[in-house]
Amino acid sequence: MAEGSTREVYGKTLIELGRQNKDIVVLDADVSPSTMTNFFAREFPERFLNCGLQEQNMISIAAGLAASGKTVFASSFAVFVVCRCFDQLRLCISQPNLNVKIVATHGGITVGEDGTSHQAIEDLALCCALPGFTVVVPADAIETAEAVRAAASVYGPFYIRLGRPKTPIVYPEGYHFILGKAVTMRQGKDVTIMATGIMVAKALEAADILARQNIDCRVINLHTIKPLDEAAIVKAASETGAIVVAEEHLAQGGLGSRVAQILAKEKPVPMEFVNLGDRYAVSGKAEELLQRYGLTPGDIEESVTSVLKRK
Amino acid sequence: MVNHPELKCASQPMPKKASAENASPSNKFNLSTAELKEMAKKLRRHVITMIATAGSGHPGGSLSAADIITALYFRVLRHDPENPQWSERDRFILSKGHAAPILYAALAEAGYFPVAELATLRKLDSRLQGHTDRNLTPGVEMSAGSLGLGLSFAIGVALAARLDSKTYRTYALLSDGECEEGQTWEAALAAAHFNLDNLTAMVDCNGIQLSGRTCDIMNIEPLIRKWQAFGWHVIDIDGHNIDEILAAFPKAKKMKGKPTVITARTIKGKGVSFMENNVAFHGKAPTREEAEKALRELE
Repeated sequence: MAEGSTREVYGKTLIELGRQNKDIVVLDADVSPSTMTNFFAREFPERFLNCGLQEQNMISIAAGLAASGKTVFASSFAVFVVCRCFDQLRLCISQPNLNVKIVATHGGITVGEDGTSHQAIEDLALCCALPGFTVVVPADAIETAEAVRAAASVYGPFYIRLGRPKTPIVYPEGYHFILGKAVTMRQGKDVTIMATGIMVAKALEAADILARQNIDCRVINLHTIKPLDEAAIVKAASETGAIVVAEEHLAQGGLGSRVAQILAKEKPVPMEFVNLGDRYAVSGKAEELLQRYGLTPGDIEESVTSVLKRK
Repeated sequence: MVNHPELKCASQPMPKKASAENASPSNKFNLSTAELKEMAKKLRRHVITMIATAGSGHPGGSLSAADIITALYFRVLRHDPENPQWSERDRFILSKGHAAPILYAALAEAGYFPVAELATLRKLDSRLQGHTDRNLTPGVEMSAGSLGLGLSFAIGVALAARLDSKTYRTYALLSDGECEEGQTWEAALAAAHFNLDNLTAMVDCNGIQLSGRTCDIMNIEPLIRKWQAFGWHVIDIDGHNIDEILAAFPKAKKMKGKPTVITARTIKGKGVSFMENNVAFHGKAPTREEAEKALRELE
């Protein structure tokens, strides 16, 4: 499978947006060579602000700029820009509904060797707990470009989570992203795997393996965690009767919790969850960590097998 | 001991020259010193009545900031109560959000909303929330109440002025207790680093916070030397002397290349004898009898 860097695409898309809209301002907290906002900084130095190692200050500055009419992209690693800044996100951006786009890189455990301090595994729960925020986790580089464009064109606070390593490309060029609309990646009638971010490619792999066992999996990419495409979720539950939700996140408060909340009310069906549980990860290579913490196609396959027994 | 050679740092670009001064008038009230003193008293009376009616609130920090806010709204700020979103307006950011009542009083007297509305403070469905809410109240620039956020927000507002070559000035009022918050000093570093001479911070140094005297809870002194060390132009004033307050702003405006902070020495609860320097009235409403006594003193 071809691979692409979500953060590199983010950097390039920012330049494109910066050319179209002179009111776009980009902030970073000393990590622009890693978040790739440095592309924008080189082309539009007057509209780029390195806030130094002051993530909290950066978020409140972003709010002040947005309150003055700017469309602000603020970036750092997910742990620093979300976990460290919750109060700033809450009172400076969410409550006043300001036009700030938090685009974080280095989400999840696939950050790898840097270890626990750098692995954001609770960021989706935190951002989904901010009223008014739109939360998006692109599945690949192509979807990243589309999601960043969507964030720039829709008013309001956004959180977009990107990863550190390159990720498999799951979409063809020319893919058209619709904010808040689930994408059926593969049709199937026995069970639905709902995934987000890097777990979409893993879900497709799992579906291939399961097809050889005559299990027909539907795979849905829920790139927009908030607001969720409730209709697509209920439809999949009704038509396939069993759901597995896969995400690179803690068990609590992420995609699995949110899907379960909808289905508990609208269409209860057997569910299984593929996630990190309730624990921090450690240093290691991304692939090793995905193995260790149960985020492989094989883990999805096991969950499908067990959910089908309960169907 | 190793002697490190002094590191050479790329200097920040100096702010672009702003476009010609906007033709619109400065402050349309333009009250005299004597009139400002009367207005400050009136706003203090509103504060007492509002908080007593609400049955909760923070009188001490509203009364200490009364003279500064009066001077700003009725003499210094370029603003238009008829058009709260006027793009050229000077921005006043109340970072010490618990002093919302004194800001509401000033906004009402300036005409942003009816004075009668002050009686709705903290009540269900009121536009006047316990701490400021920029979505609800005309003239309120920032939702505040969590200390330490406002100076950073003000930096964003001041940077936007520079980007758009606008001449408006940005003012942020902080409490001295707020100088215990780490983010205040992140902002202090950043505003100086970005040479934001269109930004003026004010610290309402009333020396008292919720649970005691600031010097006992978490000492922030020497405050002037701290701001200077962070790269700010500091003007130290008596925050209840209208002439000193008025004299500080032109000096701040004249200073080029760095932000100015006005450290205003104030008295918590100023104007009401039994509230002055009284920790108890940081966040407690006066009883009906206390309110009546306070209003008599503010005649």
